Amino acid sequence: MLKVKVNDIDIEVEEGLTVLQACEIAGAEIPRFCYHEKLSIAGNCRMCLVEIEKSRKPVASCAMPVTEGMNIKTNTKLVEKARKGVMEFLLANHPLDCPVCDQGGECDLQDQSMFYGIDKSRFKENKRFVPEKYMGPLIKTQMTRCIHCTRCVRFATEVAGVPEIGAIGRGEDMQITTYLEKAMESELSANVIDLCPVGALTSKPYVFEARPWELKKTETVDVMDAVGSNIRVDTYGWEVKRILPKINEDINEEWISDKTRYACDGLKYQRLDVPYVKKGNNFNKISWTEALKILKNKINSTNPEKIAGLTGDLTNMETLFACKELFQKVLKSKDLESREKNIYINLNSRKNYLFNSEIKGIEKSDLILLIGTNPRYEATMLNARIRKSFLKNDTEIFSLGDLGDLTYPYKVLSNSTDEVKKIIENNSDISKKIKNAKYPLVIFGESALTLNSSKYMFEGFKKFLNENNKINEEWNSLNIIHSNASTVGSFDLDIVSKTNDTLEKINNNFFELIFLIGQDNFSFTKKNEFIVYIGSHGDKGAEMADLILPGAAFTEQDGYFTNLEGKLQMAFKASYPPGEAKEDWVIINEISKLVHNDILFKDKNELLSAMHNYLSFSKKNELSSLFKEKYISEKIFTLPIDYYHSNVIARSSKTMNECRNIRTKPKKTGTEG
Amino acid sequence: MSLKKVSKEQPDKFKFSDENLDLAKKVVSNYPTGKKKSAVMALLYLAQKQNNNWIPLAAMKYIAKYLEISYINVYEVATFYSMYNLAPVGKYFIQICTTTPCMIRGAYKLVDVCKKNISEKENELSGNKNCSWTEVECLGACISAPMAQINDDYYEDLNTKQFESIVKDILKDKKPKAGSYRGRVNSEPEKNRQTLLENKNA
Repeated sequence: MLKVKVNDIDIEVEEGLTVLQACEIAGAEIPRFCYHEKLSIAGNCRMCLVEIEKSRKPVASCAMPVTEGMNIKTNTKLVEKARKGVMEFLLANHPLDCPVCDQGGECDLQDQSMFYGIDKSRFKENKRFVPEKYMGPLIKTQMTRCIHCTRCVRFATEVAGVPEIGAIGRGEDMQITTYLEKAMESELSANVIDLCPVGALTSKPYVFEARPWELKKTETVDVMDAVGSNIRVDTYGWEVKRILPKINEDINEEWISDKTRYACDGLKYQRLDVPYVKKGNNFNKISWTEALKILKNKINSTNPEKIAGLTGDLTNMETLFACKELFQKVLKSKDLESREKNIYINLNSRKNYLFNSEIKGIEKSDLILLIGTNPRYEATMLNARIRKSFLKNDTEIFSLGDLGDLTYPYKVLSNSTDEVKKIIENNSDISKKIKNAKYPLVIFGESALTLNSSKYMFEGFKKFLNENNKINEEWNSLNIIHSNASTVGSFDLDIVSKTNDTLEKINNNFFELIFLIGQDNFSFTKKNEFIVYIGSHGDKGAEMADLILPGAAFTEQDGYFTNLEGKLQMAFKASYPPGEAKEDWVIINEISKLVHNDILFKDKNELLSAMHNYLSFSKKNELSSLFKEKYISEKIFTLPIDYYHSNVIARSSKTMNECRNIRTKPKKTGTEG
Repeated sequence: MSLKKVSKEQPDKFKFSDENLDLAKKVVSNYPTGKKKSAVMALLYLAQKQNNNWIPLAAMKYIAKYLEISYINVYEVATFYSMYNLAPVGKYFIQICTTTPCMIRGAYKLVDVCKKNISEKENELSGNKNCSWTEVECLGACISAPMAQINDDYYEDLNTKQFESIVKDILKDKKPKAGSYRGRVNSEPEKNRQTLLENKNA
C-alpha cells in the first residue's frame, strides 16, 4: 500500500494504480476522454491533467503510476487553466452541431465543456472537415466530430480481437477509419458507439429516433443467448427504441453483442396481436373467447396421451412452470419437452448442465478445451472472456475441429470422438496438460451432446476430471455452453420428457394436439395434428399452427431467466404486449380455467412462490439412464449457427437481416487488394 | 500537407523480388523474436523501391502477412509518414525543398519550372508518365539552397536554367549528374576550403 495525498486528504492505495484511480478513490472527479477502465492506457486527450507537487508541469493522471508520498492536487488554479486550455483545443475543430447530434444529452464532451470549458472560442480559422466513413450497417459515422481519443481503435484491437479500426494520417489530418472502409467483422462492433465520448460514432438504426431524456429506462436481462447479459431497455411509449449494456462484472462486463443490442427492432415487426384460427390456407382473426372455445373442444375430444407440448428458446421460467403445472394437473400429459434437439442431459444434479467454472472464472483459467462448440457465435460475451483470459494468462486453447476465427489463436485437434476417448483414457498429451493445469476448462457445446456417443463423452470426461481432482469445491472444470436463454431454466424445472421420446413421437406424427409455447426452431412434417401456437411473433411456429394465441415478448412481461452459469435473473417489463396479446403465463392460466374450471394460480405471487418452492428442492431425476452409453467413432461437427437469425426476434429484425447480408455478401469497394 | 490519397488504380498482386526477400529476412533478424513487426517501416521502404517509388495496397497486405500483423497496422504507418508514396510518382520522383532558406534562395522558381515542364499540379505524372514532382519540407541541405531531391540524389545550388535542363534530361529518361551545380565539393565554400587547412580530416 502506498500513502498519497489528494487535495490534502490522506489516502492509502494499492501499488500499480494510476494517479487518476487514486483521485477517484479519494473522491476527486477527473474529467477524461481517452481513458477507459477496460482498455489500455493511451494518454492522448490530456483532459485528465492534475498538479503533482515537485512536478514542474501538469501531469496526465491516467498514464502516471502512483508513487509513495505523492501530493496530488486537482482543484488548483493551474489545473483549472490546463483543463480550460485542453478543452479549447478539443473544441477548436469540433463542430457546434449538438442540436442535430444523436449523442446530445449523453455526450461526454458536451457535459465536460459545460463544466470545465469556456463559453467562447478564440479559433477564427476554418474548422476541419473529415468525410464520413463506412463502418457497416450498425455504426453511423460523423468523423468531423471525432476528437481522436482512439477508444474505438483500442476496443477493436483488444476486446473484440478484430484489429480493423485504425488512425490514418497524422496531425490535423488524422482520421479514424476501418481498413479501406469495410464493415467491422465482429459481433461486438456496436460497443464502440457506447465508448465514443462524442457523436462521431453513433447508432445507425437509432439515428434521430429519440433524445435520451425522453426515454423510459428499464434495467433487465437479455435473452438472445444463454449468457444473460445485463441490459437497459429504453422505451418511448410502447416501442423499444434501443438496448444498452448495463455493467455486470460477472457476466458481460460493460459490453453486449450486436444481436443483443440491435435485434430490438424485431419487437416491432411480425407481431401477433390478436388470436387467429386457420381456415383452409388462411388465418382468420377471432376473439379470445372464440379461440378458447375452439381450444376447449379440442382438448376435451383428445386423449391426454395424444397431447404434447414444446416450450421455446425465449420462454421465461414463470411460463415454463405454468406450462408444467398445466400439463401435469390439467391436461394430464407427460409429453412436455423443452429441448429442440435430442441432446444428452443428466438432470441428477444441477452441476451436470451448467457452466460450472462461471464466466468470471474463465479469466483465471490456464487451459481451455472446446468440444463441439463455437463460443464466438453461441455465447459471444463468453468468447470475449476467453479472449481476455488469453491476453492475460496466455491461456492454451484447444478445439476439436477447426472453427475458423475465434478472435484468439487455438490449436486444432482432430474432430472425432476418438480424440475424446484418447484424452479420457489418459493416452494423449492433452490429458497430461489437463492434469498439470491448475484451472482447466472443458467446454461442451450442444453439437457434441447430440451425438450417439454423447453420454460416453460427457460422463467419461466427468469421471476423468473427478479422478484428477479437477472437480472440487473450489473449481469445477466441466462446462456446457447452451445456446438458448431458456434452456437452463427449463432443466431447473425438469421440463424434459420423462421417457425422452417426445420429439421422436412428434416426428412420427403420434400426437393429435401439440402446443408450441414460443417454440419456433423445431420443424417436422405436419399431418393431422392440431397445433396451438402461443407466442409473440409470426414465424415458423405460427406458420404451422391451426390456432394462434398472441403472447408477449421478453420486454413486455416480468420473467425469470437462468443463465448458463445457473444465475437466476429477472427480466423486467419495459413495455406492454401489443393489441390483444397477453402475458404468456396468463394465457396458460386461462387455458386451465377453461378446461378445469379452475385457474392454476390466483396471481403472479402465487406462481412465483410455487416456482421458487419447486426450485429449492434438490434434484432426483434418473433421466440419464434412458440414454444408452455407447461409443462410436464418429465426427464431431460443430453445427453452424445462423448468428443473426437465431431466434424469432432476430429473424424479424431488419437490422439483423442487414448484418446477415453484409456477412454473406461483402460490399464491393473497388479497391480490393 | 493533407491526407495522402491512395491510388484508385491498384495492381492485383505484389511480391518481394528474391533480392528484396533476402534483405527483408535480414531486417527482420535485426529484431528480437516475436517483435518482427518492428520491421514494418524498413519493409515498406523496400516495397516502395521495388515498385517504382510507390506502395500499392497489395504490398501493404503482403507486408502485413509477412510480419503477421493486421492490414490496418501497416496502413496506419504508410499513411503517417510523408515519404511513403501511396500513388504512382513516376520513375523519377522530384522533391523540391521549399522551407525558408531554399524559399529565400528561389525555390519557387524551381517549382514553376516543374509546373511548366512536368505537370500543372503536385503529385501528377508527367505526360510520358516518367516523372512527377512535389514540394517538401526541409531536406537538410540549406547550405546549398535551393535544391531538389530526385530519387536518392541531391541536386544543389540550382538556378532556373540548370534545373530546367535537368528536368528535360529526366523527361528523356537521362540521369544528369548529382551534386552541386556551382562546382562546390560537399558543403565547402565555392573556392574550396578556407579554414582549418592544417587539419587533414576537417
